[in-house]
Order: sequence, then C-alpha cells, then structure tokens
Amino acid sequence: MTAALRRRGLDWLLNVYALLALVYLLVPIAVIIVFSFNNPVGRFNFIWQEFSVDAWKHPFAVPGVQDALVTSLKIAALSTLIATALGTLTALALVRYEFKGRAPVNFFIFIPLATPEVVLGAALLSQFLNWGSPALGFATILIAHVMFNLSFVVITVRSRLIGFDRALEEAAQDLGATPWQTFRLVTLPLIMPGVLAAGLLAFALSIDDFVITNFNSGSTITFPLFIWGAARVAIQPQIYVIATMIFLVTVAAMIVTVWQQRRAERMAAVRPDEPELSPA
Amino acid sequence: MTARLRKGALPYLLLLPGLGWLVLFFALPLVYMALESLKSGDPFVSGFKLTWEFSNYTNALKDYDQQFIRSFEYAGMATLIALLIGYPLAYVIAFRGGRWRNAMLLLVIVPFFVTYLIRTLSWETILSDSGVVVNTLQAVGILGHDGRLLDTTVSVVAGITYNFLPFMILPLYASLERIDARMLEAGYDLYDRRRDVFLHVTLPLSMPGVVAGVLLTFIPAAGDFINAQLLGTPKQFMIGNVIQSRYLVVNDYPTAAALSFLLMAFSLIIVIVWARIAGTEALLGTEGERK
Repeated sequence: MTAALRRRGLDWLLNVYALLALVYLLVPIAVIIVFSFNNPVGRFNFIWQEFSVDAWKHPFAVPGVQDALVTSLKIAALSTLIATALGTLTALALVRYEFKGRAPVNFFIFIPLATPEVVLGAALLSQFLNWGSPALGFATILIAHVMFNLSFVVITVRSRLIGFDRALEEAAQDLGATPWQTFRLVTLPLIMPGVLAAGLLAFALSIDDFVITNFNSGSTITFPLFIWGAARVAIQPQIYVIATMIFLVTVAAMIVTVWQQRRAERMAAVRPDEPELSPA
Repeated sequence: MTARLRKGALPYLLLLPGLGWLVLFFALPLVYMALESLKSGDPFVSGFKLTWEFSNYTNALKDYDQQFIRSFEYAGMATLIALLIGYPLAYVIAFRGGRWRNAMLLLVIVPFFVTYLIRTLSWETILSDSGVVVNTLQAVGILGHDGRLLDTTVSVVAGITYNFLPFMILPLYASLERIDARMLEAGYDLYDRRRDVFLHVTLPLSMPGVVAGVLLTFIPAAGDFINAQLLGTPKQFMIGNVIQSRYLVVNDYPTAAALSFLLMAFSLIIVIVWARIAGTEALLGTEGERK
C-alpha cells in the first residue's frame, strides 16, 4: 500500500518536474511577446511600464531595421534554395549509391556541425581577407550561410531517405518510366517532406545566424547584426514586435510542414496490407 | 561500357556541388586560417607575413589560459544542468506523452523560433536588477540586499544552458522513444524496483542520446560568446569573446587564428573521445544505411 502510494507520489513529482522544465523553456518567449506591448521609459525595454500597442502600429519605425530585415530575408531565401538543392543531391548520393570514399564523406559532412561557429566564421574571414575578393558583404554572407546550412540539409534529407521503400521506384521503372521520370514523379514527391523540413530548418538557421555573419558581413547589416548593434545603444519594443512576428510566421510554417508530412506519410502507405510507414 | 561508366560516376556527380562548396568554403578556409596563425607583424604598418611563428600558439595559450578554462568550465556546467533538466523532460515526453507527445516536442523547439540574440535579451530582462526574480531572491534572503544576478557567472551559465537546451532534449527523446517496450517489460519481470529497471535497462539503452546531447550542447557552448557579452562582464568572457575581439576589433589575426585552432582542436579531441565511448554510428546518424 505505502509502496504504491510512494510510487504514485514519484510519478506525480516527475510530471511536475517535466512541466516546470517546459515552463522554463517557454517563459523567455512569453516575456518577449509581453514586452512587445510595453511602453518603456528610457532606451532599454527591460522594465515593465504600461500596456501599449504603439510599437505594433509602427513596427518598422526604428531607422535601419526594415533594411536589415529585408537583407536577412533575402539571404535566408537564397541560401535555403541553394543549400537545399545541393544538400539533397549529396544526401541522395550518400544513401543510394555505394562508392569509394562514402564513409570519409559522411564524416567530412559531419565536421562543420562539430566545429564551433566562431571557428567557422573566423576561418572563412581569413580566406576572404587573403583572397581580397569578393568584397565582404551580401555575397560573402550568402556563401557562409550556404556553407553552414549544407550539413544540416544533408543530415535531415538522409534520415528521410533511409526509411525509403525502393520497391516503389522499381515499380515505376517496370511501368516504363525513365530514370528522370522516376525521380521526378516518384522519388521526389516521396522525399519531399524531408526536403521541406530541411529547407525550413535552413531558413530558420539562416535568419537566426549571428556569429558567422558577424565575421563575414563587412558593412552589410542583417536583422541579428542590427540587434547586436542596438543592444549596446537602445532596444526599442519594435525589436520585440518583429521578433514576435517572426515567431508567429515560423510557428505557422512549422504547422503546415507537419501537416504536409502526415499527408505524405498517408500517401506513402499506399499498400493496404502493409503496415504504415513509421517516421524515421 | 559507357553506360556502366556513367552509372559509376553518377554518385560523384551528385556529390560534386555540395561537397565542392564545403571544400571551398569550409576546408580551404581552415588552411588559410592555419597559415594566418603562423604569421607575424602588425595590422597597420607592415601587415602580417608568414614567418612560421609557432610561438603564436604557446603565447595565445599562455595569455588566454583563463578564458579557455572558463569556457570549458561554463560549457561543462551548462551541459550538466541541461542534462538534469532535459533527461526527465525527454523521459516524460517519450513514455507518458500519449497523444500530447508531438505538441510537447513542438514546445521544446519553440525557443528556436525566436532569434538567439532576442532570447538572450529576454534573459537580460528576466534577470535584471529590479526584476521579479532578483526582488524575490532578495526578499527570501538568498541574494543580499544589493545582490545581482546579471553580470555574474550565474546569468552567463543560465543563458548558455537555456540557449542550447533543445539540443540536449531532442537526441535524448529520440533515443528514449526508440526503446523497445518489450525490453522494459522484461526489465520489470527481472527487477522488483523501478529504480533498478531504470538503472539497468532504460538508462543504458538511452546512452546514445545522452552522448549525442552532451556533444551537441557542449561544443557550441564552449565556443559561445553571445551570452558572456550580453549577460556578463569581461570577468565572465570566454574564449569566443577573445577570438571575436582579436579578429574584428583589434585585427590581431594571427593570435585569433591560433586561438580558433586551439578551440577547434580541444573540441575535436572531445568529439573523438566521445565517439570512442559511444561508437561513431550513433554520432553520425548513419545507422541503417546500406552497408
């Protein structure tokens, strides 16, 4: 009896602990959303004064923030496109083919992930300084973002490819499809959720990156660089408003991706007598 | 003949663009940085020339030993705290999440949806001198009358822990979730107490997640400079702060490059030691690939 009681007490304790951990993860996010409605006194938005929607009415009123945001979005979109395309091809090669040097290539792709960001940024800057071109700015930021996104894309798409049923492609080939048709009509739609997830991850990493960008930006300002500069001078509630907007858009994109993934999994489970594909 | 040749070349063709990019903008830069770290001179008058100045490394290590030690100390503390917070949470999500599992996982990665720097500024707000947390701790007597949290070791380690916590939880969850329920049932048949089941079945089976989570938290934490910059003072500065200011403020490229290599070397040593313990497959995520 007491043992059962103690067991239930422990269960309860563990659940409360987990709940507190979740709260710990979410409190800073809540603070940002709440403080986007603050009307702060002075230059920093650290102390709650009064409720106000002023910052939401004019989110881009802070000089320079709009340009920084546009630059960030452009770089994120371009680097996502390039990294997702190149990374997907790399993942296909790694999972679908046996070739000499596959193990070292797997390891090589993993190394950037195990390298501190500050080292990635500093090394790339050394190279650009030695080359003397391209001039530090948009192009060098883009190059850097594709570089650090590639490994993430390869790993995400690869995990999706590993659970892939080759029989579906063989069926297409049996039905007379050319290799290109097979890829376009069968393979690509099936790995699409993985590619989409990788793209979303790349976009989020790119728009969030400060460290590597800081080394290779020259005088170009992205949104995180703008905040870094502002953090020493003045932090307006507008910055919290924009952060909240990015947050909401990301959540929406995430929900759409999850929904897409579910749909694709249902589509993949076409054969009724086979168990449903379990997510890898 | 040509068809066979083309088939053999196809994987290399697929690899070429992505791998080429990484060779050109990840591997080659390391070579340039290696050369940079062996130069001497000054940034303004003579510029830097390659003189194979290996003493740059010993000097860098001598001058910034404190920051190195502090980096690994802070990263170690943050990793340990993240493990203590993350393991029970991952456990609850994996075994008791039920239909809330995906929703809870989404909540774990929600912090990533807000810009890193803004998350850190949020901690600056939470821990600020007249904030709720400091006031409460002062009232209870844990903090002195004019005690602060901001600009201390506590705030920097708290910031690092928070910012990298999802990197700890996700691999933990992945390995816990993969545990075969039959293994647990067998465990309950064997052992009387749940503690023994946990220690002899669950924990060992979740070790790949622990190893991956520790690595994914520790490596970026050791190289971080944002938390020390925004939540600390020069007294809390880590090796990342030194590299950043040597490179971008003082333009002392050789020292900064040497420091970067030392940081990378220490990090790689840790990865390799961990890989030995854990087995590379769990680490690289290549399990299940065609052999």
